[in-house]
Amino acid sequence: MSRPVRFLVCVLVCAVFVLPLAAMVVIAFTPRDALLDDGASLWSGRWTLDNFRGLFDRFPVARWFGNALLVAGLTTLLSVAVNLLGGYALAKLRFRGRGLVLLVVLGTLVVPTQVVMIPQFELVARLGLVGFFWAVILPSASTALGLFLARQFFVGFPDELVEAARVDGCSTFGAFRRVVLPNARPLIAVMTLLAFMTQWNDFLWPLITLRDPDLYTLPVALRLLQTAYDNDYGGIMAMALLSSLPLLVMFVVLQRYFVAGLTRSGIR
Amino acid sequence: MSAPALEELPGPGTPGAAAPEPRGSTGARGQARVAWAMLAPNLLLLGVFLAGPLVWAFLMAFQDKRSFGGGTWSGLDNFARLLADDVFWRALLNTAIFTVATVPVGVLMGLGLALLMDKALPGRGLFRTIVYLPIVVSSLVTSLVGLLLFDESVGIVNGVLADLGLGAVSWQSDGALAMTSVVVMTLWSRVGFSMVVYIAALQDVDPQVVEAARVDGAGPWQVTRRVVVPLLRPTTFFLVLVNLIWSFQVFDVVYVMTNGGPGYSTTMLVTYAYDEGFGPARNFGYGATVGVVLFVITVLLTLLQLRRGTRTEA
Repeated sequence: MSRPVRFLVCVLVCAVFVLPLAAMVVIAFTPRDALLDDGASLWSGRWTLDNFRGLFDRFPVARWFGNALLVAGLTTLLSVAVNLLGGYALAKLRFRGRGLVLLVVLGTLVVPTQVVMIPQFELVARLGLVGFFWAVILPSASTALGLFLARQFFVGFPDELVEAARVDGCSTFGAFRRVVLPNARPLIAVMTLLAFMTQWNDFLWPLITLRDPDLYTLPVALRLLQTAYDNDYGGIMAMALLSSLPLLVMFVVLQRYFVAGLTRSGIR
Repeated sequence: MSAPALEELPGPGTPGAAAPEPRGSTGARGQARVAWAMLAPNLLLLGVFLAGPLVWAFLMAFQDKRSFGGGTWSGLDNFARLLADDVFWRALLNTAIFTVATVPVGVLMGLGLALLMDKALPGRGLFRTIVYLPIVVSSLVTSLVGLLLFDESVGIVNGVLADLGLGAVSWQSDGALAMTSVVVMTLWSRVGFSMVVYIAALQDVDPQVVEAARVDGAGPWQVTRRVVVPLLRPTTFFLVLVNLIWSFQVFDVVYVMTNGGPGYSTTMLVTYAYDEGFGPARNFGYGATVGVVLFVITVLLTLLQLRRGTRTEA
């Protein structure tokens, strides 16, 4: 294909791809009566902030936002720490059963979340965690994906650096802490982004385990709103936009890391 | 898994081979102890919150168990019910249809877009961003936007059709159309990923091989078809595998957009398992049975695809 033709095709494809997001933004700013009169349209010519005002008046949006930051932040912190440690052990340390551990961890990637959800729920209920953020954080903290990602990175880490640290008198763990970790920034960035994104976007499990609307995170509350607002797409889209905005901004700014992470991990 | 995409991250220094036996003060046994200590938090969490519940789900499948507390062992009752359950077979069929409708199209679209945006093009960065962007949008938001687009009375798609002088389409009350709307939103959210992976793989295609084919008189289409696409085969196998797993385990989009309806026309295995367990029936045992069957099928599909992958590479 010649360049102008390719350009044209790209424009068309992107017009289609951008449509859903454009629809979300436009409807979030469209007044309710415009929707009721003429149906949803990408250009009604009428604009309003009422959808957002209504949200903030009726619901503890700021609180939900804070909850979301707290839960996603804590989960990310825990998961990055746990997976860095485990990934390094799987990549650079020799021990019996290493291959088996790796295989089992990779095997868990095929487990559908909803299949284990019933026993998982009974488990957190018996542990008395239902209604607490820990019910969300703990089961999400260790991800096979994160562990695998870390392992892949560390396999490529130069052995000479580790060796040099050992010669200088570092213990196995000391070499990891003083030499390996400071050089693993790209990995940590990617893991942080992926973990944060996954946790921020998760809605079903938090919905089941948090129970109390005051504890909801922003994306979970969106599901609550869907029922509360019924067909009021203005309010729903305003909330959808609010809950997606942090990640959309993060993505555009840190695209390079996201792309590196997604390509290397193979899983969302 | 056999994809070049799974290779090392852009790390410091050159990627080396696996670690040689370290010659340090700590012996092999000391190192093993450190290794297990470093793995312990991870394995503990995975064991308690994933492996444990998985085993538990298998046990539940052989129990008559409603809601919490102890169930009673019921042998193969759940499986017997499953075989005679029309909804289960319908869900299995729907899942298969959904998989067939999403996997090949999704992977091919990713390949097409990657080829389209691989070479220099004005605005290429923006184009790529637009196609990736849905990746960070949550499945819940994707589904809600899907509802907005395909709503029968106020939806945008029907609005556009009306502007074009066409009648309204019953996206929600017609089974096949409801399935279509779910497939469309799934593809929207997924194609960007395949494209990213293909673009990364295209970087590794040796330009000299392409050049050689061109010198031998191959046209651009032939070069793509006969040289580039075959070189991308490992990536394709990887993407088919991942998409297969995702499709077979589809939940969020269906749950929010159609909730399995109208009737059972978009009920999938996972939504059915979820409804049985968490719905009014609260039939934990039967829900787990459906889940276990789904799990087994997923594992079989994965193994099948992995075997195909390794065989073609050899």
